[in-house]
This record gives sequence, C-alpha cells and structure tokens, in this order.
Amino acid sequence: MNKNKEKLLNSRYRAEKRFQFYGKSAIFLALLFLTIFIFKIFSTGYTAFQKTWLIVPVTFDAETMYLDENPSKEDLEDADYFDLALQTMFDLDKSASEKQQNDLKRMVSYFFEREIKRELLNDPSLIGKTKDVYLTASDDLDQVFKGNYPRDLPEDQRRVTDYQLKIFDQLVEQGRVESKFNLSFFTYPDSREAELAGIASSFMGSIFSILVCLVIAFPVAVLAAIYLEEFAPKNRFTDFIEVNINNLAAVPSIVFGLLGLGILLAVFQLPRSTPLVGGITLSLMTLPTIIIACRASLKAVPPSIREAALAMGASKMQTTMHHTVPLSMPGTLSGTIIGLAQALGETAPLILIGMVAFVNTIPGSPLDPAASLPVQIYIWAESAERGFVEKVSACIMVLLGFLIIMNLFAQIIRHKFEKKWS
Amino acid sequence: MNLVIFIFIVLLGFTSYYFGRKKAYSIQATNTRLTALPQFYGYYLAIWCAIPAFIIYSLWAIFEPSIVKLIILSDYSNQGYLDDELNLIYEKTKSLSRGQFSGEITTYLETSAEKYLNLRSIAQNSKVVLILAIIIASIVYGYKRISSNNRTREPVEKFLNAVLFTASLAAILTTIGIVFSLIFQTIDFFKVIPLFDFIFGTHWYPAKAFVRDASEPLDPSMYSDTFGAVPIFAGTFFIALIAMCVAIPIGLMSGIYLAEYASTKVRQYAKPLIEILAGIPTVVYGFFAALTVGPFLKDIGTAMGLEVSAESALAAGGVMGIMIIPFISSLSDDVITSVPQSLRDGSYAMGATKSETIKKVIFPAALPGIVGSILLGVSRAVGETMIVVMASGLAANLTFNPLESTSTITAQIVVILIGDQAFGDPKTQAAFALGMTLFLVTLSLNIFALRVVKKYREKYE
Repeated sequence: MNKNKEKLLNSRYRAEKRFQFYGKSAIFLALLFLTIFIFKIFSTGYTAFQKTWLIVPVTFDAETMYLDENPSKEDLEDADYFDLALQTMFDLDKSASEKQQNDLKRMVSYFFEREIKRELLNDPSLIGKTKDVYLTASDDLDQVFKGNYPRDLPEDQRRVTDYQLKIFDQLVEQGRVESKFNLSFFTYPDSREAELAGIASSFMGSIFSILVCLVIAFPVAVLAAIYLEEFAPKNRFTDFIEVNINNLAAVPSIVFGLLGLGILLAVFQLPRSTPLVGGITLSLMTLPTIIIACRASLKAVPPSIREAALAMGASKMQTTMHHTVPLSMPGTLSGTIIGLAQALGETAPLILIGMVAFVNTIPGSPLDPAASLPVQIYIWAESAERGFVEKVSACIMVLLGFLIIMNLFAQIIRHKFEKKWS
Repeated sequence: MNLVIFIFIVLLGFTSYYFGRKKAYSIQATNTRLTALPQFYGYYLAIWCAIPAFIIYSLWAIFEPSIVKLIILSDYSNQGYLDDELNLIYEKTKSLSRGQFSGEITTYLETSAEKYLNLRSIAQNSKVVLILAIIIASIVYGYKRISSNNRTREPVEKFLNAVLFTASLAAILTTIGIVFSLIFQTIDFFKVIPLFDFIFGTHWYPAKAFVRDASEPLDPSMYSDTFGAVPIFAGTFFIALIAMCVAIPIGLMSGIYLAEYASTKVRQYAKPLIEILAGIPTVVYGFFAALTVGPFLKDIGTAMGLEVSAESALAAGGVMGIMIIPFISSLSDDVITSVPQSLRDGSYAMGATKSETIKKVIFPAALPGIVGSILLGVSRAVGETMIVVMASGLAANLTFNPLESTSTITAQIVVILIGDQAFGDPKTQAAFALGMTLFLVTLSLNIFALRVVKKYREKYE
C-alpha cells in the first residue's frame, strides 16, 4: 500500500518535471529560432557592406578621348571616355582575343566609364599621364572575391569564365584587388546590376511614406481617441465605433492594399507607385494602433487630475486639452512610434498600390514614384542573381536597425517621461 | 496658386486670432466683464475667418474639374461620341492647353483648348474673389459678435467637439472604404462567374483569363473552369493549419511557463525577446523561409529519399508558425495571469502539484481566453501575405501534401494585382472577390475571438 503510494507520488513528480521541461524547451525553441534567424541574416549580409574594386592603371591619352591641347572644363565633360575605358580593360591582357576582350570588359561594372571620367574631372592635369584608378568589380567577381561563389563548378554553369578568373587571380596576386567599405550601397538607387544597386531610392521612399503616414494618422488618431475616451456618450453608436477600431486593428494588411488600389487609385486618381498613396494606405492601417495606445494612456491619467481642474473652474474641454492630454502624451507618442515601426515593415499593401516598380532615381518628394525598404527586400529576393542575396540581407539589417532604434526610442520616451501614478 | 491661397488663409487665421484677443483686451479695458478668457475671442475669430473659406476652397477643388469637363464636352454632345471617346477628347484638350500635345491638332481641339484655358482662368479668378468675399464677410460677422461681447467659449468648444467627433468617424469611414472598394468589383465578378463556380470549382488558372479586347462582348463561357477557388481555400487552410501546429504548442507552453514557473528575472528578459519575433517584418520571414528553410527541408527530404519542392507548404507554414508564437504566448500569458489566485490556492491545498493545478484547474478556467488568442493567431495566419508569396508556390495546386507547393488567398491577390491592372477585367475582379472572402473570414474570426476574450474577462472581474 505504502509502496504504491510512493510510486504514484514519484510518477506525479516526474510528470511535474516533464511539464516544466516542456515549458522550458518551448521558450528555448522560440529563442533558438530568433537566434538562428538573426545569425543567418547577419552571416549572409555583412559582406554586402564591403565592395570589391579592381585597381587598374589608366593612361589618360588625349587622342583616345578626342581632346585638344589645353581642354576646357566643358571639353572634359563632353570627351569620349568609353574608348579610353575599353582600352584600359583590354590593356590588362594585350594578347586577348575578341571574345576574351569582351570578357575583360565584363569584369567591371558598366559604370567604369563614369569612374574614369570622375577621376579626370577631379584632376585635369592627369592628361597624358598614367594613374591607378579604382573600378567597381562586376558582382560575380565581387562574390568570388568574398568567397561566396563556388569556383569549382564547371565553367558552363557559372557566370564567370575561366579566362576572367585567370586575369582576376593575376590581379589579386599583384595586389590590384581591394575590398573597401561599400558606400554606394547607401548612396545609389536601385539597379539591375547587383554591384551598383543601393538602397537610397527605397530608403527615401520609406521615409516619405512614413512621414505622410505620421502627418495623417497621428492627429486624426489622437483626436479620435480624445473624443472616445473623454467626450463620447455611452451609446450604441460609440460602441459601434469601438468595435470598428478593434476589428480594423486585426484586418490583414493586404486588405488595406486593396482599399488603396480600389479607392485611392481608382476613384481619387492619385498617382500610382508614389509614397503619397503608400503613406495614406499605411496611415489607415496604423490609425487603430495609435487610437488604442492613446486611449490607454488617457485612461491611465487618474481622475483626480480631471477633478482638480474642474474644481478650479476649467471647462471640460480645457481640462482635457490643458491637463489630461499633455499628461497622456508620452504613452501616445511611444504608441505612435510603435505603430509607425509596424508601418515601416509593411510590404503587401505597398505592392498592391504599385510601389514595386523599378525605380532607378532617388525620389525627391512624396509624389515621385518610389519603392520602400521592405519592398526593396522583396524585389531583390526575387532576383536570381547571386549578388543580390547579400544585398537583401544587408537591406534587412538596415531595416531591422531602424525598427530597433524606433522601438528603443519608444521605450525611452515611455520610461523617461511617463508619470507613474500610484 | 492653390498653395498660395491655402497659406494665405492659414496666415489670415493666425492674424485674426491676435485681433480677436486684442479686441477682448480692449473690451476688458472698458471695465466690462468678459464672457470668456481673452484667447477664446481669438479662437472664435480665427475659426470664423478660416473655416468657411476652407469649406468653399475644398468644395471648389472637388467640383471644378468635373464642371469644366462638362462645359467643354457639351460642345461635342450631339455628335454621337461614346463616353470613352469623349474622355479621350478631354484628355487631348488638356494636354494641348499645356502645350504637351504631340498628335494631330484639329480646329475643334484648338477651340476646345482655348475654351479650356479661358474657363480655367475664369474659375481661378472667381475662386479667389469668392474666397476673399467669404473671408471678409465672415470676419466682419465674427468681429461684430465679439464686439457686442457675445459668448465665445461655448461656440469654440462646440466646434472643437465637432472636430473630435469627426476624427472618431475615421475608423468607420475606413471600414466603409474597405467594404466599398471590395464590393463593386466583387459584384461585377460574380456577374460573369457564377458564385457556385467560384466556391465549388476546383481549377484556378487566372492566367488563362488574359486581358480581352474591350470592344468585344464578354463571353462567360471563356472563363468556365478558370476561377474555381477550392484549391486556394484549401491551400490557405492547410498552410494556416501547419502554422498553428508550430505556433500552438510552442506559444502555449511558453505562455504557461512564463506565467506560472518563470522567475521575475527570466520573465523580464524572455518575454520581450520572444516578442521581438512579432516585430520582425513579414517580408524578412519570407526571405528567411525562401532562402534558408525551403532549401534546408529540400536537402533533408532528398537525403531521406522524399521528393520535396523547394517552395513547400511546410516551409511557408513553419516559418509563419514561428511568427505567430509571440501572439499566442503573450495573449495566453495575460489570460493565465488573470486567473484568480484563489483557484490555485484551492488546488494546492488539495495536494495537487503545480503542473496538475495548471492542467486541471487553470487551463480549463483560462480556456475561453486561450481559444480567443488562438483564433486571433489563426486570423493572422490566414491574412499573412509575404511569407506565402515568397516561400510557397504561386500555382494553386489542390494538395494536402506538406512537401508540395500550394497557394493561398493572399498570395493569389498579390500574383494577380502585381504590375498593371485593368479594372473591369474578370482577372482583376477575381482578386477583389478573394479580398472580400479574406475580409469576411478574418472579420468573423476577429469578432468571435474578441467576444470570447471579452466574456472571459468579465467572468473574473
């Protein structure tokens, strides 16, 4: 009898241990996913912040550029750099056949002409002299240099020819290949060529969308929250508004994209693919988030504040606007920032309103076509070229960086400025 | 020009605020008792100055283009043009008047363009005159009211109250906007495709419905067997199911652990860390699923001799499950913590272990809330777009093999609407019909879940 009891007790304790173990492993698994995830993004992405350059001696021959003696600034601007640039590449291997010459040309980006031109414009006295110039390597060689591209594949399966590899290895041996910080990733707009693609255009698109979103969503949401929390009579209609807000907060984002497409683009004829439309769509999406946050922080202001103001003879409106609302601002602001962070990561609605168009200029206003950072991630992730994989990860790192900063900011506002009532 | 008018009105509004306040001080100086604080006089005058002007301004902006269009096209009204042709003529007129027209210029067009420019300048001038007149009239009226020391606080507060109320309508307007944007296209769609075919058809090939010639009449038989949504509904359900298979055990167990076992220190760190998973943009998950999880599963599958598609439902659903973990864990954590302590104490007093208490007492007590949180998770899974678009296939296969690719409602909407859309085309309308389905499904899930959670809360309050 006693033995049985002990057995039962032991098995119950074991069950207890097992249950705790399940709980621990669930948390462990969730954190493991997070770690793998972040590790994977960082390990594939960090190389994108380096860019491979070929250092090539360029002889600025006036004749090849069809320049007279003592050319003016305009002459230098208009001169023909293409032949010079081609000649520079061909000079890497004087015995190259025509096909090999083509390979040589494709070892650098198609910006090579511009890079050589910039060098000469900076220092016009270079004419007739030879100087080492940094040229952007093609994305395939860039990947080879970073070790992301398997060299042992058969030649017909890779995009780099054996000949290009041979010349490239020679250059590496001569110390003529260099890896430097990839500034162009932040300053160039999108491009079809991985080595020249940057996030400047999509970054500006994101900034404009978020600004439009903020300008529309913040005032409307705060005013709505003030009404619902402070002034609204308790009746069917305000209940209905409340149900609406709660439901809107859980409507899938793609439905807001359909709203943008069906109403903003089709009915109001706003310009397609622009941050303006994207921002309005996102603002409708963030509206419920901000309203809920603002109401919560209005609710947290103790009634004694309101009563004190009313007792001093303030009207209801004065009480609210002079006392309750300012006291609730920290909570509202941090809720707004979190809502904006959500909007910043949103992709699907922006795709539907056409912000996936290929944009190779940096937008200057919310009315110019643009992409946004998450859409840029989508566009690059769908490209087949190997060079884009690291770009996607790098773009994700930039986006995550922004989200972290925004969330930290929200935390700081909340902890620093929010009054604790108790 | 419009911007100038706008700034002018705003500036005038500010100036009249100061005028109103000054007037209040001057009334005060005559030892008369003011009916409100001086700034209310300012607000009062500013509102009178700016608001009527703004109303006229925006009404004008809305109606001017269509009225001008009506007048221009009235010249062509008796010549038997179709609506589309009339629109084209109007567009041509506009671009000619801007000097950007590059087609053949007829005398008709030239006269219209001249008339257009003429009308626009008349409209512009009369707008300025009208707005000025309105401003002057309303300022004079407002100033008179102030001078006779009328009440100013009440009207100003009434106005503010109206503004607040209008803002709170934004949520309703958004919902109405969603319904309107979906419903017309959906109705048009079901005029061509019978509802029955849509709900019970088993073939979904929207690519077959190429853009047709607009002048030809619509032939519904062309679209038979094109828009049968069963494979998509099944795919949506299936991927959501896989996601919940990942999310429910992990989310629920971590919620229970955090609520019942974890020390404050573990809770303090683990909870926000898990919630990071909810803050990561879905496109990032999509990339992760497509780049890492998909190929990884494929390698494992090939090693085991299974045929695994690189874009499998398992990869998309699994990653989606990871995304949903924090929703379930933090909601069920909240629900479990709000179970009254007396229930636990009673159970411990009877000699139950902690896990027995959780399983037999707390879990049943918290069940409605947990069901609510799971339903909210399901609604997330059904509405999730980017993970499916990037990691699962875009072709709608009717399959329940997790290793093959399937497609979902959201993915199909994106596939159809990416790039240029032609409104009035059944293919585009199909996307809106799918959107309507999605909206209705998630809406009913949300309403149900929120109601369950609310009821549960009331029970213990």
